[in-house]
Amino acid sequence: MEIIATRPKSLTKAQFTYCPGCTHGISHRLVAEAMDELGMRNKTMGVCPVGCSVLAYNFFDCDMAEAAHGRAPALATGMKRARPDMHVFTYQGDGDLIAIGTAEIVHAANRGEHFSVFFVNNAIYGMTGGQMAPTTLPGMKTTTSPYGRDEKDIGYPIRACELLATLEAPYYIERVSLLSPQHVIKAKKAVYKAMKFNKEERGFTFIEFVSTCPTNWGYEPMKAFEWAKENMLPFFKLGVFKDKSIEEEGK
Amino acid sequence: MADKVLMKGNEAIAEAALRAGCRLYFAYPITPQSELIEYMSKMMPKVGGTFVQSESEIAAINMVYGASGCGKRVMTSSSSPGISLKQEGISYISGASLPAVVVNVVRGGPGLGDIQPAQGDYYQATRGGGHGDYRNIVLAPSTVQEFADMAPLAFDLADKYRIVVLILSDGLIGQMMEPVEFQPAKTEEEIEELGKQHESWCMHPNEDEPNHHHHIINSLELDPNVLSDLVLNLEKKYIEIEKTEIRFEKYNISPDNEILCVAYGTAARITKSAIDELKKEGKSIGLIRPITLWPFPSEAIKQAINQNVKKILTLELNLGQMIDDVRLAIEGKLPVDFMGRVGGLVFSPEEVKAKIEEIL
Repeated sequence: MEIIATRPKSLTKAQFTYCPGCTHGISHRLVAEAMDELGMRNKTMGVCPVGCSVLAYNFFDCDMAEAAHGRAPALATGMKRARPDMHVFTYQGDGDLIAIGTAEIVHAANRGEHFSVFFVNNAIYGMTGGQMAPTTLPGMKTTTSPYGRDEKDIGYPIRACELLATLEAPYYIERVSLLSPQHVIKAKKAVYKAMKFNKEERGFTFIEFVSTCPTNWGYEPMKAFEWAKENMLPFFKLGVFKDKSIEEEGK
Repeated sequence: MADKVLMKGNEAIAEAALRAGCRLYFAYPITPQSELIEYMSKMMPKVGGTFVQSESEIAAINMVYGASGCGKRVMTSSSSPGISLKQEGISYISGASLPAVVVNVVRGGPGLGDIQPAQGDYYQATRGGGHGDYRNIVLAPSTVQEFADMAPLAFDLADKYRIVVLILSDGLIGQMMEPVEFQPAKTEEEIEELGKQHESWCMHPNEDEPNHHHHIINSLELDPNVLSDLVLNLEKKYIEIEKTEIRFEKYNISPDNEILCVAYGTAARITKSAIDELKKEGKSIGLIRPITLWPFPSEAIKQAINQNVKKILTLELNLGQMIDDVRLAIEGKLPVDFMGRVGGLVFSPEEVKAKIEEIL
């Protein structure tokens, strides 16, 4: 019998600690599958963030470092500079990446650091119990925006891909979502591409996953997917924001 | 014997770090340590190393965290306000038991303060500075030569104990030019070997390794029982360091001493001049100069209290911080007097002499 689906080798056997309907499991798997398919596992080091995926070093079966909140791109810079012969990725949430770690991600991208960033945007702080994130939508209620995010008071959500795409150095920036099987198939291609460019030392690559947080949004899993499609996708538009391979390869 | 060269302290420590096998350096500019980052930017490419001017001191220390997690000799430097920013990373590096060397060319504070030499960061340096239970080894130079010699020492100690070693200099030692003689530079082979000693714990993916081993660099442990064991293990290391790594200098210590001075760094240097002057007048004053501020040479101070010593005098370029450790060391046996200057001002040998004469 032919095995057509199995657990990626780049994931450990540890059971995920994520809530039902959370998409971290999918994004972990996509990164691990890309590592497997590209044969990168034993040449790769990852950095996990502070947030729900703080224990990701238990799940990715490669060498891993646990960063302070927001500092993953700085750690990754140190790791890649120390071991230029290895491949490095970071896995970060929205509060980590575009609130407390804004300086680190902007400058790592601006230096064109040779690593991949996987950015999970679910518009909320999951692990600390559902507080407002830099990507929380206008009007969205969280435990620290109990009357709904007031953009006049606290500003609009930040679109990380669009912001980073203004920089010269980044090689590849794409926003995908994990909200339906079709979306996941597209996301898989984007993750593969980012890791392939990583392996080929082409430069800084960045994938944003529009993700869910049913627990803190207060929706059942299926309702959370629908809510995200209706509310997040109009604001966080899917697509490729930068792809230098197109000009390099003359496609 | 190598030739002596005339160099600023900031340049000398940079050159000595390169010779000690430091091939990665991350920092952000700040006065009065700018010559250090500038020297590294110029010389690192020439030795095939990595220099990155980071976006902040926070980023710099986290780059150190990443590179150290790969088992490499790595350094950052700054001056007081920048060192405050690095405390987050220093705590994480300590929690993850990683080696790193951090240089603080101390200036006047608090806040932005000024850019003159000071010793106001003693508490921050010796009490940990960041959150949680941890210690840094703190080395305090008083000459440019000693500053330079501390680079190889700091890297060796950092590697041996997997600990942060903080070199606590100041704006005077950083900016001053003095003749300095360097230890021979490590060869690339020797540097490679130094990295290998960390392979049992550091991240080093190996594609040829059939049974891949999963190396994790981490300071997180959610189980309080396990975290307790980890912190108690750190304590064992600290106890060992307190037993074996105390360094100090005795200056003019004799049974005739009437006053015992305790001072470090620039303050000690000035105190020595005053002691020399008083000696000419037949007055015997001793000095203990702590070289390691942590671990602190408590026993050495206690033993230096000879029968004629009437008073202890602690001299610092701050409001009185090390004086706490001096008082703990002598356990209330004698009164402890204090002479200090703040705001980046430095007392003169004449002023120190006058102070000693006043309390004699």
